[in-house]
Amino acid sequence: MKPSTFGYSRPESVAEAVRVLASIGPDGKVLAGGQSLVPLLNMRLAAPTHLVDINRLTELAYISVSDSEVAVGALARHADVLRDPLAAAAQPLLGQALRLVAHPVIRNRGTTVGSIVHADPAGEMTAVLALLGGSVRLMSTSGERFVAAKDFFLGPLESDTRSDELATEVTFPVLSASAGCAFAEVSRRLGDYAICGVAALVELGADRRISRARAAYLSVGPTPLVLDLGPACAGVSADAGRPDFAEAGRLVMGQLRPAGDIHATASYRRHLAGVLTERALHEALAQAGERAGG
Amino acid sequence: MAEEELFDVTLVINGVTHTVAVPARRLLSDCLRHDLRLTGTHVGCEHGVCGACTILADGVAVRSCLMLAVSADGAAITTVEGLASPDGALSPVQQAFADCHGLQCGFCTPGFLTTITAALAGNPDPTHDEAREIIGGNLCRCTGYQNIVKAVLRAAELQRTAAPGDGVAPGNGG
Repeated sequence: MKPSTFGYSRPESVAEAVRVLASIGPDGKVLAGGQSLVPLLNMRLAAPTHLVDINRLTELAYISVSDSEVAVGALARHADVLRDPLAAAAQPLLGQALRLVAHPVIRNRGTTVGSIVHADPAGEMTAVLALLGGSVRLMSTSGERFVAAKDFFLGPLESDTRSDELATEVTFPVLSASAGCAFAEVSRRLGDYAICGVAALVELGADRRISRARAAYLSVGPTPLVLDLGPACAGVSADAGRPDFAEAGRLVMGQLRPAGDIHATASYRRHLAGVLTERALHEALAQAGERAGG
Repeated sequence: MAEEELFDVTLVINGVTHTVAVPARRLLSDCLRHDLRLTGTHVGCEHGVCGACTILADGVAVRSCLMLAVSADGAAITTVEGLASPDGALSPVQQAFADCHGLQCGFCTPGFLTTITAALAGNPDPTHDEAREIIGGNLCRCTGYQNIVKAVLRAAELQRTAAPGDGVAPGNGG
């Protein structure tokens, strides 16, 4: 339960960090909050030859909110994002999901960008990014590139980040005025990995009826999976009391092919996906109705 | 096998400055316990699940088994040894654990005490549900959680009635 030997660098700037990453080769690894990486090191499931510790890059400890997006720097801790009032107002899904990310003490150290680069299919923030369709900014000595959310997650614990690249920022689009979102998951205990989880987003037309709906699922496949629920939800009114989303639940259960494991059978996971979809849609629609006014 | 490179790390622990040379792979928990012989911080699972090794780094509760000592260089650390007053008087959280029978074997207790101390600094008047959430990341295998929840609420009460500057804020121990 101790990490194996590795080299260590603690750069003081992004420029220095990407120079080090370029020099250490493909078996190097970036250390941010370490709340996923260090357990892997301790259990020797990962044995990088060199760690680049970015905890001194305070230039990346930011959360900035514009009219169109919430930008989160690579050294912003989950706890920082969770208590940022401007981010919460601009994109409520961030807070709805972050309160389910592990425990408060883990959120004090873990970073939002790090958990996205880690690309755990059970991660809440990967699903949030996949649903909202933001992007990841990657820097290296050869410049920078932006990868769209839909292209970023390649497989379990595998994202489109090259070994010489540092993910410096993730941007999330803001929630439009006539939209609502919700996050629902089932885990054995609060803070545990979700057996199944769903992030839902609904948008209302001028008639206060659902014009678009989609949801992202965690713990049901190798990467966060986004489904278009429009066909099952379009036209449902925000003023319909408690509408019936059973058709959306059935649509989801028909499309997901989760695996079974020690925590849950495949059919139980699929059942949860249906139930959680309905719950999240109710909550997202209520929020959209409130935000749209009227 | 080649000798591992050592890094000088300076930590201000419970108000006392320590400098120690450790390999990069030394966990902060092991640095505290083995290099500095501060064995109040306990190590349970070593992958961030049990919470026994929780310490305060610059006033923020973190898992010391998920931090490298070298990464903590320069930090002000509070361990369970730094919670009581220099004269030995228990902190409000420690007193509350005694009052409410919040421990039996005591293995998990250092992590609970540090976690609750930091949480009450940010939320001095938690509800019953908030008290449960505060300790949600700490495992106890013998006491059961009911008395620990009571201790959280009792500690908040003691802290509110204590005179200001009685040494309840994290990071000022020692």
